[in-house]
Amino acid sequence: MTKTIIPFGPQHPVLPEPIHLKLTLEDEVITEAIPAFGFVHRGLEKLVEIRDFHQMIYVVERICGICSMLHAMCYCQGIEEMMGIEVPPRARFLRVIWSELHRMHSHLLWLGLFADSFGFESLFMQFWKIREKILDIDEATTGNRIIVSVNVIGGVRKDLGTEQTSMILSALKDVEKELQWLETTIMSDYTVQKRTVGKGILTGKQAYELGLVGPTLRASGVAQDARMLGYAAFGDINFTPVVETDGDCYARCKVRFREVFQSIDLIRQAIGKLPNGEIAVKVKGRPNGEVVTRVEQPRGEVFYYIKANGTKNLERLRVRTPTFANVPALLTMLPGAWLSDVPVIVLSIDPCISCTER
Amino acid sequence: MFNMTPAILRNFLGDRATRRYPHVIRPSFENARGAIHNDIHICTFCGVCAAKCPSQCIAVEKKAATWSYNPSACVCCGVCAESCASGSLQQERNYRKPFREKEMIVLKGTSSSAVNDTVSISAPAQP
Repeated sequence: MTKTIIPFGPQHPVLPEPIHLKLTLEDEVITEAIPAFGFVHRGLEKLVEIRDFHQMIYVVERICGICSMLHAMCYCQGIEEMMGIEVPPRARFLRVIWSELHRMHSHLLWLGLFADSFGFESLFMQFWKIREKILDIDEATTGNRIIVSVNVIGGVRKDLGTEQTSMILSALKDVEKELQWLETTIMSDYTVQKRTVGKGILTGKQAYELGLVGPTLRASGVAQDARMLGYAAFGDINFTPVVETDGDCYARCKVRFREVFQSIDLIRQAIGKLPNGEIAVKVKGRPNGEVVTRVEQPRGEVFYYIKANGTKNLERLRVRTPTFANVPALLTMLPGAWLSDVPVIVLSIDPCISCTER
Repeated sequence: MFNMTPAILRNFLGDRATRRYPHVIRPSFENARGAIHNDIHICTFCGVCAAKCPSQCIAVEKKAATWSYNPSACVCCGVCAESCASGSLQQERNYRKPFREKEMIVLKGTSSSAVNDTVSISAPAQP
């Protein structure tokens, strides 16, 4: 049969960010997919040469427009480990609260985009309507909706008062209620199931061998989550990763939907156990040495390598983002799939291209 | 099949989820990080804001007693206002209004901080 090559992206209605896929088709079935990157590369890692290690917090936050707080947290964690700084307990719990709020709004954004990828536009609007409440919490507590800039080396910049914690809890109650209304739609609707069940299946073994991370890996039955390392205050609260076993697009959707509820629970636990005390310690000296640090972003595990030489500028910063680890999944899932399922399968890994290209 | 119907009915009967922007503007939250404002009368031109700014949008010249700021490059992180010892830099809760042309805000005072002449001029932003 004659082969046809179809370019998918870099500009495509379903793609939030530019990625190019060269799809080879036989009839309507894909036989090969070759990705191409480099449309939004900004060279942020190179900025370590002209920005000092404190200023880099605000640079790494801008690697991603969705999980900005977790980039800054990972970076600060690395520098703190290198300099031997003990973060105050209150700051560790506050980091958990803001990082889980970020996970919630990222997953709600994805759930909306995912619904949009199979044409369920009213569901997309519903999720984004709920997401606004989380963004309002972010703005009220940190001063900005997405780029919260709360992390500093040695702790956090902002504190939460009693009024703010009760505001968060009451807003989360509303969010939980509204999400429960949508639970039957996303979990058992005919349209959603028809477009997602059995599409882009990855077995647990395949997912593990491809080195996948985050919800893409956990939807294939592998219980692996960087939060199990107990960074920030995750060691002090009850946490079990959300796992599904089917390994298809529907399972990945379920993992993310359940993780939103899990994040609500984690925030409640963190607020319940929030200790009193300082929110930051003073930093003296300059970092020297090298460190590898990891945190769990909404899309999976992010990995930072930091090398410093005792000057105010770092020597090297290397970021491995979760989407970079999850792209190999596309190359396994797409061959054999129908062309009409490509948007659903591509979005099921929650691609964040600006993260990947930095 | 009709799982979405209750949500649709609630949307019909409930309040609207959007605002008629720009006729209705939601006020910013109390802690919102908006535009930067410098009270040049009390500025000491110490240069800490310029040194700490992650986007390097502030330049201070102590001898000439000028404080210049590129609002297009500012990321509103608030580090400058937090580190200002004299308290001259303040971060407002409202965002800066959209503008057609990029400009550089240059404020002139005196190095002794006892200001007798304050000028605000606009110049093309540095590339």
